[in-house]
Amino acid sequence: MRRRRALWFWVFVGPFAAGLALFTYVPLLWSVGLSFFDAQNTVTPTHFVGLDNYTAMLEDDAFVDSLRTFLVFTAFIVPVTYLVSLALALMVNRVRRARAFFRSVFFLPAACSYVVAALVWKMSIFNGVRFGLANTVLGWSGGDPVAWLAGTRPPWYWLVIVTVRLWLQAGFYMILFLAGLQRIDPVLYEAAAVDGARPGWTVLRHITLPQLRATSVAVLLLLVINAFQAFDEFYNLLSDARGYPPYARPPLVYLYYTALGQGQNLGLGSAGAVILALIIAVVTLGQARWLRLGRTDADG
Amino acid sequence: MTMSRRALLVAGAGAGAGLLAACGSNNGRGGGSSGTQLSQWYHQYGEPGTQQAVQRYAAAYHRARVKVQWRPGNYDQQTAAALLTDSGPDVFEVNGPTLDQIQGGQVVDLSDLPAGVKDDFNPAVLTPKTHDGRIWGIPQVIDMQMLYYRKSLLKDAGVAPPTSLDALVDAARRLTGSKVKGLFLGNDGGAGVLGGTPLYAAGLQLVTEDGAVGFDDPAAARTLGKLHRLYADKSLLLGAPADWSDPSAFLQGLTAMQWTGLWALPQIEKELGDDFGVLPFPPDGSQGRPGVPVGAYGAAVSARSRHKDAAKDFVKWLWVERTDYQQDFALSYGFHIPARISLARKAARLRSGPAAEAVRLTTDHGYAQPLLWTPAAQVAYQDALSRIITGGASPERELRAVVRKVAGELERVKKKP
Repeated sequence: MRRRRALWFWVFVGPFAAGLALFTYVPLLWSVGLSFFDAQNTVTPTHFVGLDNYTAMLEDDAFVDSLRTFLVFTAFIVPVTYLVSLALALMVNRVRRARAFFRSVFFLPAACSYVVAALVWKMSIFNGVRFGLANTVLGWSGGDPVAWLAGTRPPWYWLVIVTVRLWLQAGFYMILFLAGLQRIDPVLYEAAAVDGARPGWTVLRHITLPQLRATSVAVLLLLVINAFQAFDEFYNLLSDARGYPPYARPPLVYLYYTALGQGQNLGLGSAGAVILALIIAVVTLGQARWLRLGRTDADG
Repeated sequence: MTMSRRALLVAGAGAGAGLLAACGSNNGRGGGSSGTQLSQWYHQYGEPGTQQAVQRYAAAYHRARVKVQWRPGNYDQQTAAALLTDSGPDVFEVNGPTLDQIQGGQVVDLSDLPAGVKDDFNPAVLTPKTHDGRIWGIPQVIDMQMLYYRKSLLKDAGVAPPTSLDALVDAARRLTGSKVKGLFLGNDGGAGVLGGTPLYAAGLQLVTEDGAVGFDDPAAARTLGKLHRLYADKSLLLGAPADWSDPSAFLQGLTAMQWTGLWALPQIEKELGDDFGVLPFPPDGSQGRPGVPVGAYGAAVSARSRHKDAAKDFVKWLWVERTDYQQDFALSYGFHIPARISLARKAARLRSGPAAEAVRLTTDHGYAQPLLWTPAAQVAYQDALSRIITGGASPERELRAVVRKVAGELERVKKKP
């Protein structure tokens, strides 16, 4: 019986485990290996260069710049998405009628492709000509058209990048917060009301937010990791057939051009990927520790 | 006769393997009973009819079966990645090959293919496909870029077609109004498309004949600084729905002048009649000269092909011997200059009007990106150009860093065999 159960376990899990090993772990280990070789235009290099690729990557101004871009993006997108999705959840949770409708309306953008959304933002809403949607609105108040994605002073491109991501993912995190809100025992609110707490900021601060702590920790972790992996909207908003401008170039876009573009420097690209993975791991672990992930109040 | 379950399983597995093997013989990599099969890749051309044309050429070849793959998306990245594997193409068109692809042994030496007619290939596009005296790609057609201007708009503004970079900056400013911008160099202000053209117009080059950095000169900073003037004057159209390669902005009257390719000429001619003219990138400074960038997709053979000789035979047949197909490919769908000088001379569509002027500009002022200009050098230079144009960064400081990077790249590629 036990052998039979083990057999069925491997029948169902085996193909997925094999896929994971073949398409995730083998390339991962291969990439780590490549990072120690001169792997220009080859995935089977022979010239061992030790840590040279790592040194070159860390001394590369463009790579360091891309890390700065990521920090700016994260510093902005994480708190803004957190606040917007929490506000949406609180709002939808209070709605008495058509709650499912509003939940669906706000969640719907999460089903949209990043590529499609980025192209709509780029070509329709935020194009730089006078008949773009944003420029038409500006024109009503007498403003000149703005080249949203082509100007660096002021850096209007951040507005385009942040709003597209906000539109795409706020609904998803709203659902997470909604689930958290619906798990809060109504007795707590009733007891607070009996004690004289008025609905609003006091209740939010002393009951809702503490009760959402576990959800908030998960949301913040996901937001930071997602921000690190930013690629689609940056690439589709700012690249063209000739390349990508040096501003607003996150690490993954830079590594894509280094390793998979015509440069094909797979050793250098792999070293950059390892550095980035280490940064993500350190930041995530640090954040989890700071937010006391996995600990209950009883753990102190 | 009875059959045990185990025997049945073995027989079934054998039959399945046979079936799979039969399917495998039609996998585009040859080895089947029907003879050699070659896989040929093209990037996606925008002009209707091109795909059918190349399929027709492939079908007309009888010494092997040629399966054409039409590949949309980032074609250069796709081929670069495919060359690392055994499942890539046998024959493919390439905007190169790059020096790293040649030195990495990823493409096959095609030097013997154009024997006897080598001098008939336009040297401007054959030279960048030649390394150490060997030819690594057979040029298919020539593409070139130039400046289109709207005659009526210039006339209304009292502006003459610019013949110097200063005149271009001035014209763009004077042509800019509330609804029309003076010049469109692409949505990034020209950093991507112009490349080395402004340096060439200043009398410099990206890489010298002897393989040194060709723009370590004060004139480079002076010229690139003038491109920022265009941006600072708000003379540039930025953020157009279609980028520089598409003439829409020019045709919709969003800009009075646009930098785009020869391929746009038929569409512009159809929409604007004779209300347009073409110019090279204008010269700058006393050593300056007009500049027209030319490039060519070429046919190359993957070194991982299992049918290298058959692939070479096919390339020779299509891009060396079949001049009728070459002519058809260049001019019947899109609008290109045939890579063969004799064919370009014969082409009726290139003998009059702006098309003839474009051919003249290519002959007189054409320059191609040198093979020693590596992708890493290109990225460094393009980043600097972007910072100079849109960010107003110091051209001197930016170019110092680029010169260092390019010198390092040249040293790297020269070390390789």
